Amino acid sequence: MANFIKRLLPAGDGPRERAAAARADLAPSPFWVMVRKEFGDHIRSWRFVILLAIVVLACAGSLYASISALKNGQSASASSGEGSAGFLFLRMFTESDGSLPGFLTFLSFLAPLIGIALGFDSVNTERNKGTLSRLLSQPLYRDDFLNAKFVAGLLLIAVVIFSLGFLVMGMGLFTIGYPPTPEEFWRVVVMLLITVVYVGLWLNLSLLFSVRFRQAATSALSGIALWIFFLVFYGMIVSLVGNATAPADTAAADVVIRHQNWMMLISRLSPAYLFQEAASTLMLPDTRTLNPFITQDQAYLAINAPLSFGQSLLLVWPQVVAIVAETTLSFAAAYVAFMRQEIRSRS
Amino acid sequence: MDDAVIELSRLTKRYGAFTAVSELDLAIRRGEIFGLLGPNGAGKTTTILMMLGLAEPTSGKATVCGIDATRNPIEVKRRVGYMPDDIGFYEDRSGLDNLMYTAMLNRVPEAEAKRRALSLLEKVGLGDAAGKKTGAYSRGMRQRLGLADVLIKQPEVVILDEPTLGIDPEGVRELLALIRQLSKEEGLTVLLSSHHLHQVQQICDRVGLFVGGKLIASGDLAALSQLIEGESAFAVELDVGGWNDTLAGTLRGMERVTAVSVKEADALSVHGRPDGVVTVRVTGTDDIAAELAASVVGSGAELLGLRPLRYGLDEIYHRYFEGGDSIGQLH
Repeated sequence: MANFIKRLLPAGDGPRERAAAARADLAPSPFWVMVRKEFGDHIRSWRFVILLAIVVLACAGSLYASISALKNGQSASASSGEGSAGFLFLRMFTESDGSLPGFLTFLSFLAPLIGIALGFDSVNTERNKGTLSRLLSQPLYRDDFLNAKFVAGLLLIAVVIFSLGFLVMGMGLFTIGYPPTPEEFWRVVVMLLITVVYVGLWLNLSLLFSVRFRQAATSALSGIALWIFFLVFYGMIVSLVGNATAPADTAAADVVIRHQNWMMLISRLSPAYLFQEAASTLMLPDTRTLNPFITQDQAYLAINAPLSFGQSLLLVWPQVVAIVAETTLSFAAAYVAFMRQEIRSRS
Repeated sequence: MDDAVIELSRLTKRYGAFTAVSELDLAIRRGEIFGLLGPNGAGKTTTILMMLGLAEPTSGKATVCGIDATRNPIEVKRRVGYMPDDIGFYEDRSGLDNLMYTAMLNRVPEAEAKRRALSLLEKVGLGDAAGKKTGAYSRGMRQRLGLADVLIKQPEVVILDEPTLGIDPEGVRELLALIRQLSKEEGLTVLLSSHHLHQVQQICDRVGLFVGGKLIASGDLAALSQLIEGESAFAVELDVGGWNDTLAGTLRGMERVTAVSVKEADALSVHGRPDGVVTVRVTGTDDIAAELAASVVGSGAELLGLRPLRYGLDEIYHRYFEGGDSIGQLH
């Protein structure tokens, strides 16, 4: 992995980069020095090893569950439509025999934890240990510090998520002996990419907490609280609100639809919900719409066939944009909070 | 003032209603060791942060090496080494790694960074501990590593915020000798903040007294003593056996004597001393030690000791802080 980072350094191959590097006596810019150090720190830390062990175990377990489900042919969707039979490889990521949740469910559940664990103590620990003021008295831009933290974290997340995804693909290939079509492959790659962005969102949130709270424990706890809130309670709250504000049974159709649209909008504020929609649509090509209301004409006249990759991507594009937007927003919040803080040693 | 490396003009920093630094004017010449002296909370660190562009002044200007520190902090930080008062290192990395990291942040190529780090570690006496994790360093070792950390970028100016805080006396002596030596060898300008008078006294060419965000006096030791004491710049301490009021009257009546006071004995020195011996402090406008001795002995009292006093920073410091307001001091 160190080589992977080294290749990203501007001392690399492009002529422009080479000229820039020559100007600075072949030394990488402080930003990349920091990214490299952060990346190394993450990889060497026990926390990362433990986290990786949990995620790998979860993925291995879910893979086992899905493969045994596929072998027994006991899942419901396998028997229902013939369209889905073509996407055997993708079903490896979603199916389950009931003993353990599928890969996708595990990922959507555990991925935020990676982001939180990588970020929750990144700024406040440096501050408490007195390294922040020493670092910022070096000739580097103040925002480079935060950017480096984010980029190093995101790089690591990308490496972890993609290696996990490819690991599952490889293992599946090995066990079921059924190769993926190019379309299936790209679906998985895009799903992994969305997962990286989603974990990046949680990384940013935990960065924000680590800027805001001086104690690492407080920051970790707030991150975990938010994670549990979106994963467990948010759906409950939305349905509670939905029930309370539901129009009467006798209400006109457009009133009911408008209410339902509002509820969808509120649900979709949650990044967890957005991610679930986006990832599962990509993994289940049979999903034709994310709208709970379709007219009878739409339902009957639709061709009973899976969507093409491009169409699936088009369907989840708003979700993807929303996740990116939320990620950007939380980074902006962390950035502003950090830039407004005064740098003093240990205070 | 042409060769001023650090120049502050009417520098002010306010936090809400509280003024941390107020209308500060200061110029520090190239190659000198300047001591910034003041009690806790006097605004020393805030001033230093403004010099580095890490804090924005409310008004006024800080110029370092001819560069505006507020507008162009990167250039300033390239030339200035700053050691914070409670310096921290990455504890799971070795001292060498920490130094190399700082060097590389200053765009020093890796091989050169390693060479510089090793030679500096040797210089500050940490050659054997280079590979040790900094978490296992003692306080004194950390400060010395801090000094190496400041020097690795080969700065023109070094700013040390409370460099001697929390080190034992022997460690302080070594560290100060090291600072002095490095400053002379490399021709560095050193700005040193401290509330330890004796240490500042030992190595600084000039001293600035800083109280309540204001620089109330600056100059070398002689100038400061003169400033405070005015005309009565000489003092003598006498240990006298058989002290009485008549003798006190005689001394007061002497020419050029301005004040006679009985000094409270220290707890330590009281021990093992014969009864009836008191320490008297006499101040005068000139060196009057010989006359004093003669008149004490002539009056029949025993003269057990006589010490001419130079006004140290201690006196000056004390004089300022007891007389003036006590911002930042707890009672």
